[in-house]
Amino acid sequence: MAAPSPGSGPVTSEFAGAAAVTLEGLRYTIGPRTILALEYWSVPDRGRALVLGPSGSGKTTLLQLLAGLALPSAGRILIAGRDLAAMSEGDRDVFRGRTIGFVFQALHLVRALSVLDNLRLATFLTGTERSREELEALLQAVGLGERAGARPADLSQGEAQRVAIARALVNRPRLILADEPTSALDDRNARTVIELLLARAEEAGAALVVATHDARILPWFEQRLELGSGR
Amino acid sequence: MNLLRLALAYLVDRLGTTILTILLLALGVATVTVILLVGHQLRDRIGREIAGVDLVVGAKGSPLQLILSAVFQIDVPTGNVPLAEADIVRRHPLVARAIPIAMGDTAGGFRIVGTEPTLLEMRGAALARGRIWQAPMEAVLGAAVARASGLDLGATFVGAHGLGGTGFAHAEHPYTIVGILAPTGTVLDRLILTAVESVWQVHAPARPQPTGPPAAEEHGAEAHGDGAHRHGEQEGHVARRAPPEKAEITALLVRYRSPLAAVQLPRLVNAQPSLQAASPAFEAARLLAIVGFGLDAFRLVGIVLVTAAALSVFVALSNALEERRGDLALMRVLGATRGLVFRSLLLEALLLTGSGLVLGLVLGHSTVEVLAALFRQASEAGMTGWVLAPEELWLLPGVLGLGLLAASIPVIRAYRTDLASTLARA
Repeated sequence: MAAPSPGSGPVTSEFAGAAAVTLEGLRYTIGPRTILALEYWSVPDRGRALVLGPSGSGKTTLLQLLAGLALPSAGRILIAGRDLAAMSEGDRDVFRGRTIGFVFQALHLVRALSVLDNLRLATFLTGTERSREELEALLQAVGLGERAGARPADLSQGEAQRVAIARALVNRPRLILADEPTSALDDRNARTVIELLLARAEEAGAALVVATHDARILPWFEQRLELGSGR
Repeated sequence: MNLLRLALAYLVDRLGTTILTILLLALGVATVTVILLVGHQLRDRIGREIAGVDLVVGAKGSPLQLILSAVFQIDVPTGNVPLAEADIVRRHPLVARAIPIAMGDTAGGFRIVGTEPTLLEMRGAALARGRIWQAPMEAVLGAAVARASGLDLGATFVGAHGLGGTGFAHAEHPYTIVGILAPTGTVLDRLILTAVESVWQVHAPARPQPTGPPAAEEHGAEAHGDGAHRHGEQEGHVARRAPPEKAEITALLVRYRSPLAAVQLPRLVNAQPSLQAASPAFEAARLLAIVGFGLDAFRLVGIVLVTAAALSVFVALSNALEERRGDLALMRVLGATRGLVFRSLLLEALLLTGSGLVLGLVLGHSTVEVLAALFRQASEAGMTGWVLAPEELWLLPGVLGLGLLAASIPVIRAYRTDLASTLARA
């Protein structure tokens, strides 16, 4: 029997129909400083959006707010119709693990674990069951079928990037957040990675929000949010 | 994937630090284990040796020396006592049992002890082969003696004068082995037992003594090491049930008939011109207090080592967690609750300290077993690594608790990690 297509599991029906991301009257401040202010922004279910802006414009902060890693000082953030701030911390952790896939700029692969175990860790922490065949199929889909046993330290930057993408997809999230996924890559690898992200998100039925200052990937996205340089 | 596999992966990832931490902890635990095992077995052995003996009666001198020589067979006697004076004690109505001990010679480094078969009954000793002595010059070997000498039933041997094993041989008075004891785990294992009359016979004067037995100060334990005796010619004259008038023994092992004897008997004994009474329980407690000081000092060293090891667990985990702040934050991003992260770190600390504890226990027990194999005194004292001292059970919660306590500070710090800032820095 053929292994199931990676990331192609059924989309959770719980939030079906709701926008993947909705921001209302968002303000994020640290002390007297306003780091981010957005009156309204929305990304539809299965939508693709780019968050643009120079360094220090708050792109990473916005992704962290969307992932519930930080909470807004004012306003609401709805992810798949759920208000993150209204959840308990524990519920938010579990919700994040099951609903959001995150590709960090620094990748954050666990160096003590093999590539395959990095994926297993993501499933274990959310209590999701994935067979070895499913995980290997996912690695195959991102072009790392032969690198399942490798340690992160043995991977090239491009390979590590693809592992991070596979890990973000492994729990079949509703929303994928990617922070500067191409900034450290050459043109060819940048193209490979962005096309991979779009394809896998499409297959998984997930919305994709990419924060970047890399103009090379503009053509792939119609919805864009420009953040100013002033905070 | 599970928490155990994750914790193991992290421990293996920093293998050098992990091994050093485990070894340091194991060293501390092993030291404490050796001390506990030696102390436990020493107390147990002393308890077994003095069981059934309420009072030891012997020549005046150091009471501890009397107990060590007559009960533990590890010191020279304080001297001999006239049988006539000892009989006053034996016949006393408050005495339930009085077993005579007569020493003076060794064979192959093992003491020859003249006594009565009741000593075997008191120690619960059983014969592996043969029978109990029934006549003078018949001997029963302790299990360790039989094993070391290779002598078997029917074989003969002669004793060497004195307890040092360097005196002249009583070549004209051979003993015949009639029995071999099963191991008892007591001093009997390394004794050659015979009738009291054998000792008298071996040390009887060369010339006929029409006036009776040899003078007290010339015979018996250690007192007769001057080589002036000529033995053998009178052996037929020493009747088993008719001791010479001035015969001597080294000590009497007394069992009270009633608690009242504990008050009256020592006073009566000490009133005799050449007798002293020594309480094995009291002297053993004194001995343990002396030895116990050394054991306590070693135990302190062990505790210091364990504490140092706990600090190393703290340092190792602190460093590891500092390096892994990004990983821990990542786990939260991937859906782990604070509780799950907390549990995974505690499990890691538990694996670290648990491994050190288990290795330390194995090392400690192995060390005692090796000591028993290398040193005759240790094996003769019945030391073995194949026992569990009850106090060792405290090591389990003690060491694990200490390890977890050491881990708690870095773990709590990790627990409070701010995700956004940690991920931004990592």
